[in-house]
Amino acid sequence: MKRLGIYVHIPFCVRKCVYCDFLSFPADEPAKRAYMAALQEEIKAVAGDYGAYEVQTIFFGGGTPSSVATELLGDCLLTIQRHFHVADDAECTLELNPGTASLEGLQVLKKAGFNRLSIGLQSADNKELKLLGRIHTYEDFLSTYAWARRAGFSNINVDLMSALPGQSLETWQKTLQSVVELAPEHISAYSLIVEEGTPLFDHISQYPPLPDEDTDRLMYHETKRLLAENGYLHYEISNYAQKGFESRHNQIYWQRGCEHIRDYLGLGLGASSTVGNYRYRNTDDISGYLKNGKTPDKLRREEEHLSKQELMEEFLILGLRRMEGISSAEFEHTFGVSLYDIYEEPLCKWQAAGCMDKRDGFWFLTEKGIDVSNMVLADFMKI
Amino acid sequence: MSNIDQSRIRNFCIVAHIDHGKSTLADRIIEQTGLLTSREMQEQVLDNMDLERERGITIKAQTVRTVYQAKDGNEYIFNLIDTPGHVDFNYEVSRALAACDGAILVVDAAQGIEAQTLANVYLALDHDLDVFPVINKIDLPSARPDWVKNEIEDVIGIEAQDAPLISAKNGVGIDEVLEAIVHKIPAPGGSRDNPLQALVFDSLYDSYKGVIVFCRVKEGVVAKGTKIKMMATGAVADVVEVGYFGAGQFIPCEELSAGMVGYITASIKNVKDTAVGDTITNAENPCKTPLPGYKKVLSMVYCGVYPADSAKYPDLRDALEKLQLNDASLFYEPETSIALGFGFRCGFLGLLHLEIIQERLEREYNLDLVTTAPGVIYKVYKTNGEMIELTNPSNLPDPSEIDYMEEPIVSAEIMVTTEFIGSIMELCQERRGRYLGMDYVEGTRALLKYELPLNEIIYDFFDALKSRSRGYASFDYDIKGYEQAPLVKLDILINKEEVDALSFIVHKESAYERGRKMCEKLKDEIPRHLFEIPIQAAVGGKVIARETVKAMRKDVLAKCYGGDITRKKKLLEKQKEGKKRMRQIGNVEIPQKAFMSVLKLDSGK
Repeated sequence: MKRLGIYVHIPFCVRKCVYCDFLSFPADEPAKRAYMAALQEEIKAVAGDYGAYEVQTIFFGGGTPSSVATELLGDCLLTIQRHFHVADDAECTLELNPGTASLEGLQVLKKAGFNRLSIGLQSADNKELKLLGRIHTYEDFLSTYAWARRAGFSNINVDLMSALPGQSLETWQKTLQSVVELAPEHISAYSLIVEEGTPLFDHISQYPPLPDEDTDRLMYHETKRLLAENGYLHYEISNYAQKGFESRHNQIYWQRGCEHIRDYLGLGLGASSTVGNYRYRNTDDISGYLKNGKTPDKLRREEEHLSKQELMEEFLILGLRRMEGISSAEFEHTFGVSLYDIYEEPLCKWQAAGCMDKRDGFWFLTEKGIDVSNMVLADFMKI
Repeated sequence: MSNIDQSRIRNFCIVAHIDHGKSTLADRIIEQTGLLTSREMQEQVLDNMDLERERGITIKAQTVRTVYQAKDGNEYIFNLIDTPGHVDFNYEVSRALAACDGAILVVDAAQGIEAQTLANVYLALDHDLDVFPVINKIDLPSARPDWVKNEIEDVIGIEAQDAPLISAKNGVGIDEVLEAIVHKIPAPGGSRDNPLQALVFDSLYDSYKGVIVFCRVKEGVVAKGTKIKMMATGAVADVVEVGYFGAGQFIPCEELSAGMVGYITASIKNVKDTAVGDTITNAENPCKTPLPGYKKVLSMVYCGVYPADSAKYPDLRDALEKLQLNDASLFYEPETSIALGFGFRCGFLGLLHLEIIQERLEREYNLDLVTTAPGVIYKVYKTNGEMIELTNPSNLPDPSEIDYMEEPIVSAEIMVTTEFIGSIMELCQERRGRYLGMDYVEGTRALLKYELPLNEIIYDFFDALKSRSRGYASFDYDIKGYEQAPLVKLDILINKEEVDALSFIVHKESAYERGRKMCEKLKDEIPRHLFEIPIQAAVGGKVIARETVKAMRKDVLAKCYGGDITRKKKLLEKQKEGKKRMRQIGNVEIPQKAFMSVLKLDSGK
C-alpha cells in the first residue's frame, strides 16, 4: 500500500501574534462550527481517491487548532479514521497553545486518538511573550504541559523562538534551560523571521532591537550545544528530538525520495497537497471554502505538475535541511540518474568552501553551510 | 504646388531655454496653420520618439511644412525646423540654424533669460538669422512680461517691446506669432538658375527608402533623377525622390528649388555618407564652393558598453549597427574586458547622448547593459615622442613610458541667481574650474564664465549644479582645446584583484576623494560572501582608500514545511537569478549594477 500523511488546517486563533504570517484569524463559535462541518465534507469527498493509501501521520496545524472545541477536533479525526485507511501506529499530532486547553479537553483529545502534541511556547520570558503578542504566560504553559502529561501524552513537542526583539543570549539560554528541565520528547527552535505584512515588520522600529547576525548565530549554536548536552538529536535545521521521537509527519516534507513517505494531503483552508508530482493548494478564501467542501476540485488553486527537474531540486533543497543529508543512492534510485552527474559543480564548489560534506554516501550541510544554507541551496536551483 | 513663389516661403526655427515652451509653441503653429485638425494632434507633434516625449526635449531635429493663410490674403509656406535642445548637439543645432532665415526666440515670462536662451540666441545671431522674441507662459501668476521685455533688450539687444505675449499651452496669442513670422522673417534668397547648393541638416535611415537626407536648398534645383554629389564625403548618388515634410510624414513633390526645405532620397545606404553640414551639389554641374560650417563630428565622451548576458553580444552589435544608421555621431568599436567580457567602446557627443543611446538599446532592442564609467579622450605623450589618443583607461601605457598627458577643456557659461553664486563658484572650484569672469545680467542674476576640464563635468556636474542652486542654474559649454594636466589612473581592486572595467583616469588631486567614494559605493553594492572582501582604490599600485564587505554570517530559512515549499523555492530561485546576473571577478561575484552605480558618485552637499 502507498503511504500518505494528512495535514489538517485549522485557520483560527484567539488573537493574531505580531510575527505571524500564517493563514489564521480569530472567529466566533458559529463560524468555527461551520468551518469544521465543511472540513468534514472535504474529508469525505476526497477520501475516495485514497483507497490505495495507508495514512501514516495526521497533523492538525494552524492557527491554533486548540482554539476549536475539543469535540469538534475529535469528530474530525474520527471522520478521517472512518474514511481513510489509517495505520494503527499512525502519528496523530495536534498543535496547541497554552491558555486554550484544559485538562479535561486534553483528556478528550487523547481519547479521540491524538497521540502527539505540539505546544507553542516560544519563550519562557513573559516580557518576550507579551512583546510577541502571545496570549499566554510561561506559567500558563507550565500548567498546560503538566495537564498534557497527566492526560497521558507521552510525545510532546515544544516550539521555541530565538532572535526575538530585545532577546539576549542569556534570556534565550534561560528559555532553553527551563524547557530542557521539563524533558519534552521534541523541541523545535526557530530563529525569528520578520515577515513582510506582519505588524512586527510594519512597526519594527517600535520594538526593541533584533539581535544582530552574530548574536543570532551564537543563539543557534548555543541551542545545538545545550540540547545535544541534554540528549536531543539535532535532525533538521530547527528541529531536535530524543531518539526515536523525530516528527514523522514533518519528515514527509523533507524526505522526497522513493524510500520515504512523500505524499501528503492537505485538508482545510489554504492547505497544500503534493501527491506524486501533483501539487496544489486549497483556496484561502473562507466563504469559497465553506461553499465547496463537497466538491474539493473547486477548492484547488495553484495546481502544478512538478517536472523531474523540480522533483530533483526539491529532493536536494528539502533533503539538505536534515542533518543527515541526502543519500546519493536514494537519489539515483528515485530519479534513475546519478547525483554527481547532475550536481557535480555545486557539490564540489560548496564542499571546497566548507559548506557541504559527505559521509557514508550522504551529502549534508556542515555547520558553516547551515548558517548560509540559502546561498548554498540556491545553487542547486536551475533557472 | 509645383510653382512656389519664393517670396512666400518662411524658413525658421524656434530657440529657447529648456522648458520655456518651444515644443508647445511648435504644436500650436502646426495646429493653427490648419494642416492638422486638433483631433489629429498628438501632444507635441514634433517630438515623436518616446524618449523625447518623456524627457521633454528634442533629440533629433525634425521639420514640418505647413501652409498659412495670412491676413494679407496670401498663402505662405512655413518650414519650421526644429532644433535639438542640448549642448551635446550644438553642432547639429548650428546646422539646423544655417538652414533657416529667421528664428523665434521664446522666453518664459516668469523665468526670463537663461543660459541656453543666450547660447541659442547668440548661435542664431551668428548665423545672421533675423530673431524676434515672443514671451510665453503669460498665464502664469508669476509672469512679468514687461520685466522680461526689458531684459531681452538689455541683455540680448534685440527689440522686444512689441513681442507677442502668448500662452502656447492655452493657445493665446498664436495668431500674432503667425503674422510676425510673415512680416519679421525674411523670404529666402538664392536663385533656381544657379548650380545646386543644398545644406544637409539631418538625415535618417528608413528601411524602405534608405537614407533620407533633410536639406535646405540654397541655390539651384534638385529633382528626381538629378545626379548629386556630397561635397565633403564625396558620395555620389541618383535622386530617387524629393519632397517636403508633412506632420510626421514625407510628401513627395516634383522638385526642390532655391529657398525650399525638404528631403531627398537617393541610392544612399549609409548615413555616414550624408554628414550633417555637408553640401549637396549637382555632380554634373557642381557649385564652386561648399557652404561654410561643415565639421566632422567628433565623439567627446567614451565608455564601454557590455551586454549583461554575454550571450547577447551579437544582439548588441546588431543594435549598435542599426542605431548608427540613424545617428552618424555614434561611434563604436569592439573591445574586451577581463571583468565584463566582450563588448564595445562607444563614443558619444556628450553624456546626454550616451544616456539616450543606452536607453534606446535597452528599450528598443531589449538589451540589458553594463556600461563603464564615461571618460573623455586624453592625449598621452610618450617619452618616445609618440602621442596616443586614449579612450579606454585600461590602455594607458606604463607610467614610465609617459612623458605627460593632456585633457580636453571646455569654456562654460553658467547662469545663476546671485544668491547661489557662492555655491556654484565653489562647485566649479572643486571641479578644477578656472574662473574667467562674471557678468551681471540684471540685478539678480549673473553669468559665470569658467574653463573646466571636460572629465569633471561628464559625471554628475549638471545634477550637482541643479542641487546647489535649487534648480535655478543653467549651463552651456563649448570645447576649447587640450591642456596638460597631472592625470593618474585610478584602479579598483576587489579582493585584491584589479577590475579593469572600474579603472578610470582622474586628476591627481581628486584621486583620493574619488577612490574613497568608489569604495564606499561598491561596499553597498557588493553582496556579502562567505569571506570578507576588501575593496581598495589604488594609484600606481599604491592603495589610497579601502572599505570592507563583511562576511555573510546568516542566510538561512528557519522554517520550511509543506505549505511553504513553493514560496521558499521561489525565494531560492530569485537568489539564484540574482547571482546569474553577477560577474565573477576572482572568487567574488559582483552585481552588474555595481559597475553602473559608481558612475554617479554624488558630489552634492
